Amino acid sequence: MNPENYLYLAALLFTLGACGVLLRRNAIVVFMCIELMLNAANLLLVTFSRMHGNLEGQIMAFFVMVVAAAEVVVGLAIIVMVYRSRHSASVDDASLMKL
Amino acid sequence: MIGLLVAAPLLGAALLLLGGRRLDRVGHWLGLAASAASLVFALVLFTDLLGKDGEERSLHQHLFSWVPVADFRADVAFQLDQLSMTFVLLITSVGTLIHLYSVGYMEHDERRRRFFGYLNLFLAAMLLLVLADNYLLLYVGWEGVGLASYLLIGFWQHKPSAATAAKKAFVVNRVGDVGLSLAILLMFTTFGSFSFTHVFAGVDGASEATLTGIGLMLLLAACGKSAQVPLQSWLGDAMEGPTPVSALIHAATMVTAGVYLVTRSGVVFDAAPDAQTVVITVGAVTLLFGAIVGCAKDDIKKALAGSTMSQIGYMMLAAGLGPLGYVFAIMHLVTHGFFKAGLFLGAGSVMHGMNDEVDMRRYGGLRKHMPITFATFGLAYLAIIGFPYLSGFFSKDEIIYAGFAKGGNEGWLLGGVMLLGAALTAYYMTRIMLMTFFGEKRWQPDEAGHEPHPHESPLVMTVPMLILAVGSVAAGFVFDSGERFVKWLEPVTGLAHGDSPVSHGEVSIAATVVMLLGVGGAYLQYGRREVPAVAPAGRLLTRAARRDLLQDDFNHVAFVQTGNYLTRGLVYLDHKLVDGMVNGTAAAFGGLSGRLRRVQNGFARSYAVSMFGGTALLVAATLLMRAV
Repeated sequence: MNPENYLYLAALLFTLGACGVLLRRNAIVVFMCIELMLNAANLLLVTFSRMHGNLEGQIMAFFVMVVAAAEVVVGLAIIVMVYRSRHSASVDDASLMKL
Repeated sequence: MIGLLVAAPLLGAALLLLGGRRLDRVGHWLGLAASAASLVFALVLFTDLLGKDGEERSLHQHLFSWVPVADFRADVAFQLDQLSMTFVLLITSVGTLIHLYSVGYMEHDERRRRFFGYLNLFLAAMLLLVLADNYLLLYVGWEGVGLASYLLIGFWQHKPSAATAAKKAFVVNRVGDVGLSLAILLMFTTFGSFSFTHVFAGVDGASEATLTGIGLMLLLAACGKSAQVPLQSWLGDAMEGPTPVSALIHAATMVTAGVYLVTRSGVVFDAAPDAQTVVITVGAVTLLFGAIVGCAKDDIKKALAGSTMSQIGYMMLAAGLGPLGYVFAIMHLVTHGFFKAGLFLGAGSVMHGMNDEVDMRRYGGLRKHMPITFATFGLAYLAIIGFPYLSGFFSKDEIIYAGFAKGGNEGWLLGGVMLLGAALTAYYMTRIMLMTFFGEKRWQPDEAGHEPHPHESPLVMTVPMLILAVGSVAAGFVFDSGERFVKWLEPVTGLAHGDSPVSHGEVSIAATVVMLLGVGGAYLQYGRREVPAVAPAGRLLTRAARRDLLQDDFNHVAFVQTGNYLTRGLVYLDHKLVDGMVNGTAAAFGGLSGRLRRVQNGFARSYAVSMFGGTALLVAATLLMRAV
């Protein structure tokens, strides 16, 4: 199977994730879309690793997974706290910093 | 010894001004004593000088180094030569007489002590001016007399007119003082020194342009102090001061400081013929200007002020003639000091007896009520119009003769102008004389209903007038006999004879004829006919002369209004241009920031868009760079 197809899939997934981040209001969905983009990047890393025949890409993918896991912990906690205090998970509602 | 001349009145001034009320009762005698002490010192020094030969009649005294910095030296040092001595004698003698007169004149003024303090201060400054051996010290005296003049003109400062007049005199004098300071700075850059000796020694090596510059600046200074056109406007208003002040400062001594300056700097002027021409022009113009103003004024003191301007015009003209005229400028200055002081003291005596009325149209027939004033005023009057063998006759004829001796068309022009001035002098002085002492009485009760009771002034006032009258009569004869005055001053000022198209005798006859014409004209107008108590409307020239030939209007239009427009323009520029630039910059940044602020809308997603956009842009740019 041609490994280039994985590249197209990764690009598709990244675009989907980016669109989700920019267009959706629900913080949980935005968060999921970010995960989607991270995983698209992981897929790219792994694909390139395979194409070039070395392991560096796969090692990078593990790093990204670890960082993503840490991010989920912190991010979800923030989202839950925001939801508790404001009874809404919309990212547009949390706009207290604007002038 | 020379220092004592200045120290005596200075000490008097310090005592009187700092002594406070406990000196109120003896203050005036103290002031008189200080002045008299100075006169005694002057007489002692005079006999000392007379005992020496002509060329060696010069004393120096170095008091202390004022500003010694490296090569630069400014010393407090005095120089007493024949020219200074002449001035010192005039200042101390007239000054002492006027101190004595003031004792009576200011008797009812509760600030008499202060008045005498100022008079002493004036004497000290004036003596410093004429005794200084360098221009810097002269400048100190110059400013000192300006200050004393300001204080004394505004002595009755509760009158707004007096306060304004004092301010006016001070400001106009300041214009002249700028000239003096520029001249001194020019001298320093050219000759590297202020002292008379060094400056005069360096004149030969300096360029004529520089010397003309120095001469013109000195002339500007002289114009300010001596009330010459174009800085003449303050003198008439200065008559707001007490009459002894007008007599001492604004007739006999301070206003002659300009003539002293020009004569003292004669070496500079002799090497700058252009500057001399300007001096002559200023003198000739002022001579006629003052005389015309004097003809129209009804205020006795202002008429005399016009006369003072005119007479100083004669002196200035003579000083501009160079060695032809220096001696006679000073001679006229001394005789003028006597008779003009006498005239002013007479005017003061008249005012004293007439409830301070100054309008001559309210006088009339006073000769019966004030015989001594009439006699002394009359003698001074005959002296100023140049009645044969009185003092004005000798000094003025010599100046007119020197004018003719200038030679060529110029000589005829100057001689003609001065003869015209002599006719005008006779006219306005006769007018004053007739309006004040002859005719019927015209005085009326003042607003408060007090009928004036003209009476002769007390002895303390009439004695100085008598002495000055003797001076007015005899000074010319004493100076002229055996050419005593010429021989006395010649070593300092030099003397030239020129070649005159007319002889001395012819000039004297011409001057006497025009004098009689002037007297006759005034007699026809004011002696034969009754003087109207209210001034008639008069023709254009009369009306202009009553307004001092529009001097104040001219100054107002030329300087005050121009200055106002200039400042308004500058304020406009400041507001619009300078402030506009600063404010504009601030407003531009403010507006830009306001627009940029909108980007910060608080929506996380819009920040995300800008991040994506930025990243996309960077990636695109990177790709583009690689493609190229």
